[in-house]
Parts: sequence; structure tokens; C-alpha cells
Amino acid sequence: MPDGAYNYAYLDEQTKRMIRRAILKAVAVPGYQVPFGGREMPLPYGWGTGGIQVTAAIIGQDDTLKVIDQGADDTTNAVSIRRFFARVADVATTTRTEEATVIQTRHRVPETPLKDGQILVFQVPIPEPLRMLEPRETETRTLHALTEYGVMQVSLYESIARHGRIAKTYNYPVLVNGRYMMSPSPIPKFDNPKLDNNPALQLYGAGREKRIYAVPPYTSVKSLDFEDHPFEIETWTECCALCDSKESFLDEMIVDDAGKRMFVCSDTDYCQERQQQHRPEKT
Amino acid sequence: MSDTPLLSVRALTKRFGGRVACHDVSFDLWPGEVLGIVGESGSGKTTLLNCLAGRLEPDAGSVSYETASMGTVDVHRLSEARRRLLARTEWGFVNQDARDGLRMGVSAGANIGERLMAIGARHYGEIRGSASEWLGRVEIDLDRLDDRPTTFSGGMRQRLQIARNLVSNPRLVFMDEPTGGLDVSVQARILDLLRGLVDRFHLSAVLVTHDLGVARLLTHRLMVMQGGAVIEQGLTDQVLDDPQHAYTQMLVASILPV
Amino acid sequence: MYVAVKGGETAIANSLDLVADKRRGSRDLAELTLEQIDQQLGLAVDRVMTEGSCYDRALAALAIKQARGDLVEAIFLLRAYRTTLPRFGDTQPLDTTQMVAERRISSTFKDVPGGQVLGPTYDYTHRLLDFSLAAAGERPEAPTAPVDAGQALPRVGDILEREGMLEPPPAQDGDASQDITRTPLVLPADRPVRLQNLARGDEGFLLALGYSTQRGYGNNHPFVGEIRYGQVPVAFAPEELGFEIEIAEIDVTECDMVNQFAGAHNIPPQFTRGYGLAFGHAERKAMAMALVDRALRAGELSENATSPAQDEEFVLSHSDSVEASGFVQHLKLPHYVDFQSELVVVRTLRAEVEERNRQTVLDQAAE
Repeated sequence: MPDGAYNYAYLDEQTKRMIRRAILKAVAVPGYQVPFGGREMPLPYGWGTGGIQVTAAIIGQDDTLKVIDQGADDTTNAVSIRRFFARVADVATTTRTEEATVIQTRHRVPETPLKDGQILVFQVPIPEPLRMLEPRETETRTLHALTEYGVMQVSLYESIARHGRIAKTYNYPVLVNGRYMMSPSPIPKFDNPKLDNNPALQLYGAGREKRIYAVPPYTSVKSLDFEDHPFEIETWTECCALCDSKESFLDEMIVDDAGKRMFVCSDTDYCQERQQQHRPEKT
Repeated sequence: MSDTPLLSVRALTKRFGGRVACHDVSFDLWPGEVLGIVGESGSGKTTLLNCLAGRLEPDAGSVSYETASMGTVDVHRLSEARRRLLARTEWGFVNQDARDGLRMGVSAGANIGERLMAIGARHYGEIRGSASEWLGRVEIDLDRLDDRPTTFSGGMRQRLQIARNLVSNPRLVFMDEPTGGLDVSVQARILDLLRGLVDRFHLSAVLVTHDLGVARLLTHRLMVMQGGAVIEQGLTDQVLDDPQHAYTQMLVASILPV
Repeated sequence: MYVAVKGGETAIANSLDLVADKRRGSRDLAELTLEQIDQQLGLAVDRVMTEGSCYDRALAALAIKQARGDLVEAIFLLRAYRTTLPRFGDTQPLDTTQMVAERRISSTFKDVPGGQVLGPTYDYTHRLLDFSLAAAGERPEAPTAPVDAGQALPRVGDILEREGMLEPPPAQDGDASQDITRTPLVLPADRPVRLQNLARGDEGFLLALGYSTQRGYGNNHPFVGEIRYGQVPVAFAPEELGFEIEIAEIDVTECDMVNQFAGAHNIPPQFTRGYGLAFGHAERKAMAMALVDRALRAGELSENATSPAQDEEFVLSHSDSVEASGFVQHLKLPHYVDFQSELVVVRTLRAEVEERNRQTVLDQAAE
């Protein structure tokens, strides 16, 4: 991309202002999906254009950016987006969760707890949590306006009736600030508890669907459930083969043709930190 | 009987373009009463029902409803939020085609439980318990609780729709040809069931039907509609045994004795 | 020690090199010039300009070259460039009666004022591969009659309208200058928004929907009132000038579809309209657009909307090839975290089923 041919962080300042206004509104009404004039980005729809626009609108030269996909800094799409911002925004990048001021993510929340002042930007494919139950935007908008969320509870009931448990594993619906039902984006439900009362600001950008929503710091985010079937997260009997973590989300890897498996942390930064801290002491 | 009507309709008129579907209709429905609206198809009875239930906006007139907790409200001046809340708590609506009133993609239990969940029930076991209880009340085998209505017969679907509506203990139920399109023997069973439920739960109901036999069996009072206007009303037996209006006489004469 | 295989910086850099190399193809052949693409693959350029919403033949040709002829990819490239351009304002509405038409046909009348002009069309070519094109050699230029540029070309629709047979153009119930690339789609949409959406919509998608109306899924009994293709002037009135100036001439294809209509409670029987407009020469696109536009007016005309083409939310939400292509292809991105969650739950469920089955066998054995 020729330098100077594009504005700082790709988007023109008018567009950034428009997006910031949408973000402010989203922060003011936690969990509410704010329509915004999403632009066409030089990356394909579905590959993080919403998150990229949000990041582009809030990023400045003093920021340090971390980009993860599936929890890893070195997956192709994460690399591609990080390169994009390094190129158009001349911004410092990092893989360390602690050092980042802005973290753009797809499908995970970092294992390392976030702090005051950090911003977590989610890439969202389908912002409407009710979409698969009710395909019509005009109807889902009414359901949100009237807080009519019975249909989601029906789907959870149905899951228990069929499977004996709530079999929904990712993109698990939450209620934000006791008011709006929200899609946490396709993070595993393992990450849902991290959204609740988090010190960091959470911004969600859906480029194709042109919606932005937010969870301000220290806001209640409750995963839907039943009193007698409380929300539960995934657990593993294994621990990470590299850092021994028993607390993190594990990826399963098939390591030979016989189907032998090993489990390692999905969060590469967390895993490396632990390896550096703990390995020398063991032996 | 209480001294306040449950539903009070005044000068209700609904037009579709140049056509008057429903003209200057007024009546009161008292608690515990079942009112029938009869007439040929096109006489405006379904339009009237939809106006009463807040599903259609009338062009003139008012529908007042005596709520359980909020006093008397004008159905068409309520906010949509309030009206929808009423519709899923104090009211029921039984459609002629059960598919319009059911979620065909989820189990019978979920269908019955939906209203409970919509008003805040969050205990799976209790919701399931209520669903089972209601399945029994509408005479569907308990082992069908987790089956989808797509696997049900027409009569079972209609009974399931009734259970889905009554589970929240509504005070007022609107019914649009609840036995239309069903076999005679299936009809009889549903009518029997409805009569039992109305008595047991002291329901008030407005029932639209073109079938005077159904009207005779279920309703206390009858309104006869023709061309959008109410041409005769009175106690059901009185209207059917001694019709005053020529049109009613013709309707009564044209049915087989029940 | 095992290290998970992951694509990194190097892999991406290498992939970019490879795709650039593939694009170039054999170095023994001369590289395509943008002028060649513009001149010899002109209909591809037209489509990319239309769905890319950017009238610039050179940029569209560049996009086609860069995308190796993948038009949906080229449309994406052009759109991503277009979105960064500053806006000076809105031009005046095009007046297509001022068109210098190279082609103009009506199927509703044998002859029309201004005449039927067949012009360049594949319609009457026999679709036989012309092997002479595989060999070198020039064709003689086709003789053309002088075009009467000064004469306004009345629209067939306007003539029918004066007679009261055709509805007046549907009332503008929205802001025609609202730009759907700047403001999000809010449903229900008004007609200007719908038409913009259809103009940018994928030709294949609109074609299939238009076709479905002809096969009974929302039939609206269409006739081609008129199709015209040619050059129209574009006028712009800069605020500081206060009057309009002509800034360009562009090629467009316009289709006025005339549809039978039985009338409704407050509308007498008459013909109704569907409208299509595309950059360049794109009759298939303009016609499909006009059919779908008419189908989407079902609600306004109190028709029973039961078919996909009449469902505004369905059509407008799925018409855009850049959105569709991106979202379908995002499935190539890693999803292993979500898949891992699914693996965990499916294994648990399977274990429970197996346990139940084992228990049943044991119970039966015990009996």
C-alpha cells in the first residue's frame, strides 16, 4: 500500500468520527446493537472487517496492538490484521496481553486477566443473538425493544430436553447489565465468565451486518441458564502438554496417523509466559 | 358475576381500503362468559376478533379491558410492550390452524413452557412439570412430551395449542374457528375438552365460528354478523331457537340439527 | 518438543508472491494492458463498474487484471478503493431521455417514437464458437448510421403513462440521495435504498430471483416496456457555482419493465413498473433488477407476498456479492476453538448414550 495514499489507520477522519459516535452510544447502552455506516474494507467480510473498523477508529500512535485469532498471535488472519495496522497506522504491536492497550480478537478472550484501561475488540460475524431463532431483523429488533427473550430460553429448554444438558458450546447467549441479550461472538462458552465484570472495555464490531455493541468495564454479563441446569464451562481431563496448565482452554492436536492426540493451550502468549516462568523450576 | 365487564367494546369500525370489514360493533363480555361470533365467511367476524385481541388497529371505536392488576385499559392505546405482555399473560389466542400458534420446530414441552419462560420461569424441572400437567389435561400421552408437533395429528396439535395458551392461566381466550378443518369425531373431542377447561378455570372467551353446532355447545351468548355489522345478539339458546332476523333464520335453517 | 504448525509472517509473504506469480502466468506471453481489458473485455469492465458502484473503466480494468478475471474479486477490489474516496456531493439525476442510444428496443409495441434500434446484441448471434477468433487477423469495422444526438428520446413508459394505462412513477417515499454505502441498511427500506441495493447486487443472484418470479414464485406478468443502452450526460451543480455543469458522459443500460396489475381496493387496474439501471452495457442485469424491483413492490401494491423475490428483507440482505463471498469464504479461517468446544460436548453426549445402552443391556440381562 503506497504510504500517503491512505489516511492514518486507513479510514478517513469523518468515518472514524462516525464509528466513535456509534461506539459511545454502544457504551452508553450496554449490549444494544448500534447500526453504523460500515465501510468496505480491504479485507473480506467475515474476516474481521467489523473489528478492524472499530480498531481503526480508536487506535492512535501511542497504542500497542495485539491481534489474536483462536487465541493465537501467529494464526494467519491474526498476522494479516496485525500487518495491516502496522502498515497503515504505524503502531507498535505485541503478542503480550499485559503490554497491549488494544487487543483485537476472534473467537477467544485471553487467559491473562485484563486490566483497567485495556480495550478488547471482538470480531463478530452475526451480532444478533436471536438470528438463528428468528431470521427477521424487523422482528428481532422488536423482541429486543420489548425484552421478549422467551424464545432463547425455549431453545435452551429444548437442548436439555434432547441432550440432557445445554449443548450450546460457543456463541453462548448472555444478558448484559440485566437488559439486552447479546451474542458474545463465537468465543467458546469457556470464555463467557471472563466477560462478566471485566475491568477492560469490550467493543464488538460486525462489519458485514454493520452493527457495533459494547460492554463497558465492570458490567454484569450473565450467561443464560436454568436454576436446576446452571451454566457450566468446558473442562478437560488433560492439561497443557507445554505448560501444564489445567485452567486454560486447550486445543486438541492430532500428532500422528494413528490419531494420537495432545492438548496445548489455545492462548499462545499465556502458554509461553507459563513455560518461561515454570519450566526452569521443574525438571 | 362481577359488576364490571371484562371486555367492553364500543362503536368498533374497521375498513380495508373502501371495504368496511366491521361496522359500529358494541358489546360487553362479562367474567366467566363465553361469547360466540357467528356468520358466513367474509362477514367480518375474524377481523373483529383480531381487533379485540389487539392484532389489528380499528379505524374507530374502542376496546376496553379490565386487567387483573392495572385497572381498565384501552387495548389500542396501550404501548406495544404492554399489549404484548397482556397477550402472553392474561390472554390466550387459539388459531384455526395450529401451525400458526405453535413452534413446529421444538418439542411439545417447549411449546407449552414458552409462556412460562417468557414471564420469567427459570427452573427447568418446574417448567417441565407444568408442561406435563397440561399435556395430561389436554389428553396427550406424557411420552409425547419431547416430540415435535410435526409428528402430531391435527387434533393433537390443536389440543397442544390450547395447552400452550392456557398454561399461564389466562383470564380471556380468543378462539378463531378452533375446530375448523378437523374431522367430526376429532372436533367433538376438542369441544368436550374446551367445555371442561372453560368450566374448570372459569375462563372468559370470545369464539369465532361459522358452525352453529359449535356455538350451541360452547357459548353462553351469541352475536350474528352479516356484512361487517352485528344484526342480532342474545343468549345462545334464544338466538338459535327463536331467531328474529331473517339472516339468522336462514343460517339456523341451513344447518343440520345437532 | 512438539510445536503447533501455524501460518506465520513468512507463509503469508510467500503466498502473496505465489498469487502474484500465478496472475502473471507465462512470461513468454505479453502482459495484458488495461486498455486491452477495457476494449476487449468491455462487458466484464461494465459489470465490475456496476456492482463496484464506481464508474471508472481504467480502475475496473485494473481490478480485473489484479483479480485474474475473477469478477467478484475485482468488484471487491474496486469497492475497497472506492470507499476511501472523498465525496464532493451528489450529481443531478440522470435524464435518460437525453440518451444517445446505441440500442433501444420495446417489446410492448411494434414501433415506438424514436424507433426500434437493434444495435450491438448477442441476442441474434448463433452461439457457435467462432474459430476465426482463435487466429490472428483483423475484422473490418462495422458500418454505422449517424446517430441523431440532438433529439430527445421519449420513454415508452411515459407514453403509456399519459394515457393513464401505466402508473405514474412510484411516489418517492424516501430520500433519493441517501447513500447506502455510507448509512447502514435499515428495514423496512424505502424504494431509493432498494434500488441502490439492487444496482450493486450480484447479477447472478438477481437473475435467479427474477427468473423465479417468471416461474410462478411471485409472478408479476412482465413485459419489456423498453431497454435502452447508450451515452447520457452527467451533470453536477457545485454549491459554489450555483448552476449545473456537465462533468461526464457515461454509458448506461436502462430497463423499464411494464407489469400487469389487476388493481387493489383503491387502485384501478393498470400497468405497474419495475426499474433497472446498470453502468455500461448490461441488459441481463438491468432486466433482472427491474423484475426484482417490481416483485419487492408487492406490499405497496397490496399483493400477497409469499415468494422469496417479494421478501424485501431476504433479498436486500443477501444481494451483495462482496458480503456473501466474504462470509461464505470466512469458513476457511480457523475455527478450531469452537470446534474443540463441540468435540468436548459431542464426546460427553456420546459417552452418556453408550452408558445408557450398556445399562439397558445389563438391565435386560438381569431380567
